[in-house]
Amino acid sequence: MNVPLYEKLWMWASGVLIVAFLTTVAIGVASSALQPPSHVETIDPAKVWTDPRFTARGVTVDSAGVTVVAVAIMFAFNPAELRVPAHRPIKFRLTSADVTHGFQIVGTNANTMVVPGYVSEFTTSFDRPGEYLIVCNEYCGLSHHVMSGKLIVEEARP
Amino acid sequence: MTPLDRLSLAHLWVSILAFGAAAAMAFMQALSRANLDLPWRSAKMYYLSVTAHGVLMALVFTTFFIMGFGYVVATRVLGRPVAAPRLAWTAFWTALAGTLGAAAAILSGRATVLYTFYPPLRAHPAFYIGAALLIVGSWLWAIALLATYRAWRRDHAGEPAPLAMHGMLATVIVWLLATVGVAAEVVLLLIPWSLGWTRTVDPILARMLFWYFGHPLVYFWLLPAYVIWYTVLPRAAGGKLFSDPLARLVFILFIVLSTPVGFHHQFMDPGVPAGWKLLHTFLTFGILFPSLVTAFTVTASLEVAGRMRGATGLLDWLGKLPWGDPLFSSVALSMILFAVGGFGGAINASFGMNAVVHNTAWIQGHFHLTVGSAVALTFMGACYWLVPRLSGRDLELKLLAKVQPYFWFLGMLCFSIANHLTGLMGMPRRIYDASYGGSAAASQWFGLTGLSAVGGLLLFTSAGFFMLVMIGTGLAGPKREPEAIEWAEPLQPVDPKPSLLDRFGLWTALAILLIAIAYAYPLWAHLQMPRFGSPGYSPF
Ligand code: HEM
Ligand SMILES: [Cu+2]
Ligand SMILES: [Cu+2]
Repeated sequence: MNVPLYEKLWMWASGVLIVAFLTTVAIGVASSALQPPSHVETIDPAKVWTDPRFTARGVTVDSAGVTVVAVAIMFAFNPAELRVPAHRPIKFRLTSADVTHGFQIVGTNANTMVVPGYVSEFTTSFDRPGEYLIVCNEYCGLSHHVMSGKLIVEEARP
Repeated sequence: MTPLDRLSLAHLWVSILAFGAAAAMAFMQALSRANLDLPWRSAKMYYLSVTAHGVLMALVFTTFFIMGFGYVVATRVLGRPVAAPRLAWTAFWTALAGTLGAAAAILSGRATVLYTFYPPLRAHPAFYIGAALLIVGSWLWAIALLATYRAWRRDHAGEPAPLAMHGMLATVIVWLLATVGVAAEVVLLLIPWSLGWTRTVDPILARMLFWYFGHPLVYFWLLPAYVIWYTVLPRAAGGKLFSDPLARLVFILFIVLSTPVGFHHQFMDPGVPAGWKLLHTFLTFGILFPSLVTAFTVTASLEVAGRMRGATGLLDWLGKLPWGDPLFSSVALSMILFAVGGFGGAINASFGMNAVVHNTAWIQGHFHLTVGSAVALTFMGACYWLVPRLSGRDLELKLLAKVQPYFWFLGMLCFSIANHLTGLMGMPRRIYDASYGGSAAASQWFGLTGLSAVGGLLLFTSAGFFMLVMIGTGLAGPKREPEAIEWAEPLQPVDPKPSLLDRFGLWTALAILLIAIAYAYPLWAHLQMPRFGSPGYSPF
């Protein structure tokens, strides 16, 4: 195939651009473990309220670290308000007791789908203390737009 | 009008009317964004209309246009009748019956599940059966086109297919590979479940099958638009296609790469391992390549046109182009909007970075640039060109046709810029009301939601102009002599010998191999896990 010079240059430049994009993705993955939440764990959605993994809902702080456990239902998060310390890794564990929901902390990159039958898990930390809005970002029915919660990040007391 | 043109035209009319209805729905959604207190405004109406808008725009307007355009290419480029006219009409009626069934379910409020219909939200069975019929109709269309191509091939052994047909063949192959996923989802999982024959459905399995289909779906929309950019636009601009073989290469790359990338829509899903998401990310960036090549070839073709019209400077060829011709301006403006959308797409695909934009308003900003502009505006431009030539009636209301693409362009800039920004600020998509009980974070979105509403109004005006021109032309356009439909010629004559790029069987086999690599193991592993299905839920 005979390709004119300028187009050849363009095609090489396109290749370089794509490799550059992929390199940034690879660096993110390798260096800062910047990965989408991809935990694989299943749960019976009919038994969420009695499953020991989800009976202690809310924030627990122990030697293992800070863990948030919450359940999404039409049209609320349970619990609706979470208080966590700043600057510490926080593990979120979420599931749904009915349809598919989303869990997004506005103003951060904390974002995951919450799907019945599955446990979503991701770890993140918050450097700015304050009050954050949590929204459901997957359509879950007619009151989807009111499904929200609150995250309060507190400066750790000495 | 010949019977063949009647077939193409019937498809275009269904497509145009679906567009008009969907645009009317969008009007209400756009006003909702501005939080105006209108008497008929309710959450129920909002989500019903978003469902109807999404289904009619993304699945009906596009599919019927593409089916009709496929027949135009087969009859006018190959220069022969559709090989199986009865089959072709059966395809039309099947797809139309499916559309009407699904539309009835949506409009009666029994299928407010949005166009992605993720279970366990459950719709009336008519919705899923209608969707299945639309797909079956499109398969019959694919068979009719392939049969026509084979008949042509028998008389033209050893010749490469004309470029427009080459592109439509790629479209058909991508579609056949893609629809396997959604057909499996709808027929094996959702129809039996909505009829009560099975009790539960696994939502992640359903999402895997849906997005196996959902990404190549976007190339099913885009490839016919590319056919128009390569084989219609250069001529409309008064020039020639810069490179025929590279265009062929582009279509082939889409066959190979369109499907094994669906996990990039599931980055935020639990139950899908990160390693597979990463593999799909790599392949996704691969598909950037044919689009970048297209950007060059099409722009170069426009420069050729400008120079053939007498331009001599570095950039004055731009000014020589026929910006007052609605076919040309629609397509050219759609390409500019697509370039913006492409950059956003690279961000969406960036694995970890997706967390910032996933399911935010950014996404609706993004896809209104791509399918809502690159594809939709190109198709509208093509209607200005095709409807008069197929129906033998001149365009009515030419002035409206001239300004319509510019209204769309302006409206889309406001709409999509506003939505990209509110998305970055964390506003979710698919919400009836963005106030979140007066939350401080949500109150920052407000100025921009107003801009989005203004954009929506401009878009609605543009869609209204388009509908007026089309309906005016159909009902009252002055009769004129039938005119040939003409296609762009390449700058260099086409090589009469077929090359590797004409070996469709080979490339399809490679595509299937890649799909197997990207999907077979994750699907198999998924099915091995202990999984718990979900019963259905009504959205209210
Ligand atoms: C008349 C011009 C248009 C306007 C004013 C408009 C406006 C909107 C609005 C406000 C939404 C709802 C967003 C939300 O709540 O998430 C939406 C959704 C959507 N639009 Fe459009 N749109 C227009 C044209 C188009 C076109 C031409 C297409 C594609 C061919 C399209 C495809 C979609 C899709 C697929 C959705 C998603 C529905 C969903 O999230 O389920 N729109 N549009
Ligand atoms: Cu929701
Ligand atoms: Cu995609």
